[in-house]
Amino acid sequence: MLKRTPLYDTHVAAGAKMVDFGGWEMPVNYGSQIEEHHAVRRHAGMFDVSHMRAVDIEGAAARAFLRHLIANDVDKLAPGKALYSCMLRPDGGVLDDLIVYWLGGDRYRAVVNAATAEKDLDWMHKVAHDDRYPVSILPRRELAMIAVQGPQARALLKEVLEGLDGDAAAVIDGLKPFTAKMVDEFFIARTGYTGEDGCEVVLPADEVADLWRRLHAVSVEQCGLGARDTLRLEAGMNLYGQDMDETVTPLESGLAWTVDMKEPRDFIGRAALEKQQAAGGLRQLLGLKMTERGVLRAHQKVMTAEGEGEITSGTFSPTLGCSIALARVPAGIAVGDTVEVDLRGKPVSAQVVKFPFVRNGKALV
Amino acid sequence: MPIPADLKYTESHEWVRREADGTLTVGITEFAQEALGDMVFVELPEVGRSLGKGEACAVVESVKAASDVYAPVAGSVVAVNSALTEKPEMINTNAFEAWMFKLKPANAADLGALLDAAAYQANVDAQK
Repeated sequence: MLKRTPLYDTHVAAGAKMVDFGGWEMPVNYGSQIEEHHAVRRHAGMFDVSHMRAVDIEGAAARAFLRHLIANDVDKLAPGKALYSCMLRPDGGVLDDLIVYWLGGDRYRAVVNAATAEKDLDWMHKVAHDDRYPVSILPRRELAMIAVQGPQARALLKEVLEGLDGDAAAVIDGLKPFTAKMVDEFFIARTGYTGEDGCEVVLPADEVADLWRRLHAVSVEQCGLGARDTLRLEAGMNLYGQDMDETVTPLESGLAWTVDMKEPRDFIGRAALEKQQAAGGLRQLLGLKMTERGVLRAHQKVMTAEGEGEITSGTFSPTLGCSIALARVPAGIAVGDTVEVDLRGKPVSAQVVKFPFVRNGKALV
Repeated sequence: MPIPADLKYTESHEWVRREADGTLTVGITEFAQEALGDMVFVELPEVGRSLGKGEACAVVESVKAASDVYAPVAGSVVAVNSALTEKPEMINTNAFEAWMFKLKPANAADLGALLDAAAYQANVDAQK
């Protein structure tokens, strides 16, 4: 039996095509995923991301626990600020990627992926127990989450919340990128997974359908997981389970920037990463752009001057009008190189490019 | 969208219309377009190409996946709908209007082996 979010009935009533996504029955589109994609780049769209799990981590040891648990350093955070990080196995493999918000004092909130949520919770409990961090780890299964994204997203969210709560409007105005604030029962973060401005709102499950309806009424387009995937790939953002998983480290997943080794901090996986770095010859995650007809797809082979690589995510980019991909390729390959992709048995040239491919509605490659 | 009763079908989700001159017009069904989603590329066979029954001869590629299109019967390609190359989304708009190619069948009687609308409907229902 697939799990359903509190918006399930809303999606079905809107004619969404529902699919199994990591054990959850989720909308893939409400008609055309390309139109939903453009709505986010040009105006505003919203996604039901209630399948993702908020986990509150609290207690006097919370800070020390998180500095040990994840590869980025929560000591960079100011109250209300968000941090993107990987959670690693001792061998450096990526257990999950997550965002941690410092709520202030001894309170942090992590948001983890849907398909990995139970595995993550088991791991957090094990680390807290084995390595003796007395913290409370509380999965907030009763909360729902909507991402409102696009150039008009914040203005429209403000318009809707103004009617519900006077303080919310001022909070949205004052919210800096990658920060969050609590307004009564609403947790509002200026974060997202599309490369556009916008907010993610965490709120009680019984209020989410009403917020969704109000946002739709002010022209925020309903968007499914199909558009979410093309948007995040254009924005050059990794997808867990596809671009990285337990078999690779962040250093080979384009995520070295999220690993903080400046201080002598003892985080899980550190020794393995240091060893890998010292050995050198690391594979790298790079962008590909192909202007011929056809679409690059995950798992296609990439032939390079330095050996074979593999596409980890590929799609048709609605903004660029051609295919783009993320690929894990051998050391020595650089932006500007040409590689060959095995496209359904036919070798096709693709250019190695920098990502993000698109940011704030603008093509960058 | 109902399955048109005047067309024939294949298990691989092509629709086939017999024209007055005996040629067969081929496209993909609404079920197939719905499963694939937004189309971004269409590859059509060359006119004059001779095809065996079930031979892969065209490709429809959506944001989600690429899928082969098969010759419903043996025959030769006499025309292709090149407008689809520029506007593949025409398949999403109306799959039963957006024809892909026309075949001159090697044997007119082969058409009888294809599914009628009721049999195709049963085939689709079994996949839901």
